[in-house]
Amino acid sequence: MKVKKFLYSQKVAPYVFVLPFIISFTIFWIYPLISTVTMSFQSILPGQVEFVRLENYTKLLKDKAFHIAIKNSFTYMVWTLILLIPFPMLFAVLVDSNLVKASGFWKAVLYLPSLTSVVISGILFRLMFTEYPTSQMNKLLAFFGNEPMAWLKNGTTGMFALLLLACWRWTGVNMLYFLSGLKGIDASLYESAEIDGANGWEKFRYITIPLLKPTTIYVLTISVYAGLAMFLESYMLWAGNSSPKNIGLTIVGYLYKRGIEKNQLGYASAVGLVLLVIALIINIVQLILNGTFKKEER
Amino acid sequence: MAKKNKGGMVRRNPVASALATLLFAVLGFLVIFPVLAGFLASFRPGVELLRRGLSINFDFSTMNLDNWKLLFTKNGSSQKYFMWFKNSMVLTLITVVLTLMICYFVAYGLSMYEYRLKNVLFFLVIATMMVPFEILMLPLYREMMTLNLMNTAAGVILPGLCGASTIFFFRQYMIGLPKELLDAARIDGATEYGICVKIMLPITKPAFASMAILCTMGAWNNMLWPMMVFRDAEKFTLPIGLNTLLTPYGNDYDLLIVGSMFGIIPIFVVFLCFQRYFIEGMTVGAVKG
Repeated sequence: MKVKKFLYSQKVAPYVFVLPFIISFTIFWIYPLISTVTMSFQSILPGQVEFVRLENYTKLLKDKAFHIAIKNSFTYMVWTLILLIPFPMLFAVLVDSNLVKASGFWKAVLYLPSLTSVVISGILFRLMFTEYPTSQMNKLLAFFGNEPMAWLKNGTTGMFALLLLACWRWTGVNMLYFLSGLKGIDASLYESAEIDGANGWEKFRYITIPLLKPTTIYVLTISVYAGLAMFLESYMLWAGNSSPKNIGLTIVGYLYKRGIEKNQLGYASAVGLVLLVIALIINIVQLILNGTFKKEER
Repeated sequence: MAKKNKGGMVRRNPVASALATLLFAVLGFLVIFPVLAGFLASFRPGVELLRRGLSINFDFSTMNLDNWKLLFTKNGSSQKYFMWFKNSMVLTLITVVLTLMICYFVAYGLSMYEYRLKNVLFFLVIATMMVPFEILMLPLYREMMTLNLMNTAAGVILPGLCGASTIFFFRQYMIGLPKELLDAARIDGATEYGICVKIMLPITKPAFASMAILCTMGAWNNMLWPMMVFRDAEKFTLPIGLNTLLTPYGNDYDLLIVGSMFGIIPIFVVFLCFQRYFIEGMTVGAVKG
């Protein structure tokens, strides 16, 4: 009876409610996070764990495949930022501007690809990018009078395939993010700007872009993370985790290869930590540049 | 009420309007294109895909229903496929129900009371968002082995139950609700848990709808973690199963293409029915920053 009264008191109840989070946080977040740090200083073989200090990291410095993986992940991330922020923003402004007819329909259509799993979209893109002259991409080349190519055997065209897949899947989603940001902008701002004689570009430049900043920062943050952590897209396009000359290898792909395929958990953990540090640095720098911390001080 | 013109464009210039609409028609076409190509290809032998790759092809004379018949008659392939399909359904259902329940309770605890650790706890929720899952998957994998949860549904579901973004969404929603309701209920003799379940839960229904859809989509399409946990082919979910068909010899491409197309349908139907909630659930983080 006493226990019941205790559990039902207004002071204790909130802790009961958040208890699942505390448990899950401890077991599935803090513990793995700490163990990934400790594992990165170890060499782990079945039944034999050895402390090797910085050996994993010094090996990483010299590991050519890892350098390729970093380069690929970065290239991919930077290109997704270039392609998946300005264009969706522009599309959102167009949809919001009343110029586009049946805009609700197009919104839904552009959102569709994100419903498909990476497996299904990956299979479709893989098959469209095959090297046969009859594949979609080579038919397109033939239409412009070019020879067919082996898209997925060359670094540049392979990256192009990855980026096209990313644009296909996420343009609509990012557009919706920007649309919801636009909904929050007071229409009277545009009206008063019009009275002051601002043209379309000026309104976009001096009202839309600054007021969309929170949305842009949000999209930027998730894109940086998603870009750096990309793995399955490449896994599907090359039907597995190995691509010719590692053109499709990403940081997470390398972590998976070392940790799961080769069972080198220590080395793979070092890869993971490098990724974590990179992701955190980029985001902190980005947040400082955008003045997010300043705002909170006020 | 007429929609207000904003976004800095010239007001309804017919030429501009036609051009903008055309742009979206082109974009829409590009978006539909791969799915349409895949759909048309599902009416042709899978070997074609292996020999010729995928391209859009409206030649109806070469099309037949063989693959779809393969999927819907009783045979080894269709049994395998619908086993994966069922596994995905069950796993998705359990994941969504448990995630919503737990995240609702946690968010309730984080928004309806004032106590010392509240802000710290909320900060921790946000912190979990800052670390990509991919970094934790190896230690989690090892942990699952120690806990004997490999190859089990529990091993797949448990680590994701307290999804930070779901908790965040519920909290944002509930923070805007009037707290006077709670005091009124307390005076009427309701317990803390009774208030949570009987009074606040019905009010939070719209948030449940949004999150249910997003969780469904996430669970239905989830691949990386289930792929690491599940070992036996009988336990595979649809994405993992389809992936196993992508062999270099292509002996199962019939099933691969038709199964991929059929696999889009459930989530597509959910989308068509609940479009409004999709957008709401997705965009809360973007607006609140």
